[in-house]
Amino acid sequence: MNEVCFKNLDKENPASFATYESTGGYKVWRKVLNGEISPEDILAELKASGLRGRGGAGFPTGLKWSFMPRNQEGQKYVVCNSDEGEPGTCHDRDILRYNPHSVIEGMAIAGYVMNASVGYNYIRGEFMEPYYRFEEALKDAYDAGLLGKDIQGGSVSFDLYTHLGAGAYICGEETALLESLEGKKGQPRFKPPFPANVGLYGKPTTINNTETFANVPDILSRGGKWFADLGVENSGGTKCFSVTGNVKKPANFEVPMGTPFAKLLELAGGLKEGRTLKAVIPGGSSTPLLTADTAMKMTMDYDSIANAGSMLGAGSVIIMDDSTCMVKTLTRLAHFYYDESCGQCTPCREGTGWLYRVLQRILDGNGKNEDLDLLLSVQGKIIGNTICALGDAAATPVESFIRHFRPEFEYYIKHGKSMVEVNV
Amino acid sequence: MISDQAKKEIDFWITKYPEGRQSSAVMQALTIVQNENGGSLTGDLMREIADHLQMPAISVQEVATFYENYNHKPVAKHTIRFCHNISCMLNGSDDLISYLEKKLQVKTGEISKDGLVSVKKVECLGACVGGPMCQIGDQYYEHLTPSKLDNILDDLK
Repeated sequence: MNEVCFKNLDKENPASFATYESTGGYKVWRKVLNGEISPEDILAELKASGLRGRGGAGFPTGLKWSFMPRNQEGQKYVVCNSDEGEPGTCHDRDILRYNPHSVIEGMAIAGYVMNASVGYNYIRGEFMEPYYRFEEALKDAYDAGLLGKDIQGGSVSFDLYTHLGAGAYICGEETALLESLEGKKGQPRFKPPFPANVGLYGKPTTINNTETFANVPDILSRGGKWFADLGVENSGGTKCFSVTGNVKKPANFEVPMGTPFAKLLELAGGLKEGRTLKAVIPGGSSTPLLTADTAMKMTMDYDSIANAGSMLGAGSVIIMDDSTCMVKTLTRLAHFYYDESCGQCTPCREGTGWLYRVLQRILDGNGKNEDLDLLLSVQGKIIGNTICALGDAAATPVESFIRHFRPEFEYYIKHGKSMVEVNV
Repeated sequence: MISDQAKKEIDFWITKYPEGRQSSAVMQALTIVQNENGGSLTGDLMREIADHLQMPAISVQEVATFYENYNHKPVAKHTIRFCHNISCMLNGSDDLISYLEKKLQVKTGEISKDGLVSVKKVECLGACVGGPMCQIGDQYYEHLTPSKLDNILDDLK
């Protein structure tokens, strides 16, 4: 456990420059500065590592980096998405707090590979402690002569800055994040063009998640194969999981991809006394809900969770025991998406409001028999009809909650109250 | 009026962005000015920011009304931003919010009579393993219980 991103967690000063260096940190970056490693070598290792984007989409990182037109003249940018806000997700916060240098080194290496001399780390506005921790690390890296222009008198330049958000879930969507970085409302852009061609300030840009960058230095110092072998086929390496909800000890764990879900549940202390597992959201609130039986059979990797009918997403495992009222839980999620829709696309702006209001009506005891069909109809009209994935993310839980727990919703509509005794 | 100190802070943020892209600093400018003004913004302040960043005033207002963390009405001295999203809810955030409302004699969204505190339900703050949790100022408070909340409230002045 805790082999890559969280490997310094048990050390006294996990976030310090000295701790990071003592465990091999900045070794790869110094090699880059000494001209001992080429962008092609780095891309080859990354592709061999099987690293896929940890923010949720799971796109192969090596491939993404290779899309950047590195020989095109003009400024190019590397951007880190630390706008962590998917309900149930909080491991990037710990990476920023306890291993900020891995993000700095990962971003610098990305800059070198893509010939981008400037990077921005977009940190959500509420993350002030992680922000200060990251800024401190950044200062140490500059003081050590590892960042800046013509670093150590060579030809490599990389300047890195932090940017703070101000409370908008949608800015975790990469093109909304770019708009926000440009000082605008965080409304996603239509794609294509993709950011690799037209990104920040109209320049080629690559955006990766915090955890993705944090994995890069170790992959290059220990080899792509080493990383790939930590995980399973198609899901290389380790993954940080936030295990929350009805468990005894909610916490973040970095475990190898392919770890059985049951093992992860055990690490989090298991269920509370006398409780049974009811349902699991495996990858954050935007990924489909799974029933207990299905969840207990899956392993934590892209393919196994996809086969179970959901997604690994951001690795945010939300555990619900038999005291959970599904109507109330879904209503709360629907409220979230209603609150966070940016308002740009009609199906999402209006649809999320419909979903929330109809669910709230059921929760208030005023549900109608036709409400479930209405909910399914509205969610079906959102899916696939919006610029970004927030629309789909709002619709997915509605469909999966009703599919798996329809009798519970019908009971609530009929009796005006939950069929679950302990009503949480 | 925006103070010279605040302008200096804003100018530091402007240096992070390329020449001519000073509008990238607008979010932080709004945050700095809002903090200086006791937690909320006014039309005059937003216009001043627009002048300082050489942006159209409407663009500043668009940003200021899009993001959750900007306030356009006076706020309490301390806003308790309580997460009520799924992971915190499963660990009892609703009960704690009710506890706060009762103890402070305010409903969520209202300001206490002495102007000291308000309670606001917010969406996921990204500290789910510490739920139930809340944010006051820059600080996160995690694994909350009624007695922990009592202690936190005692320290608010």
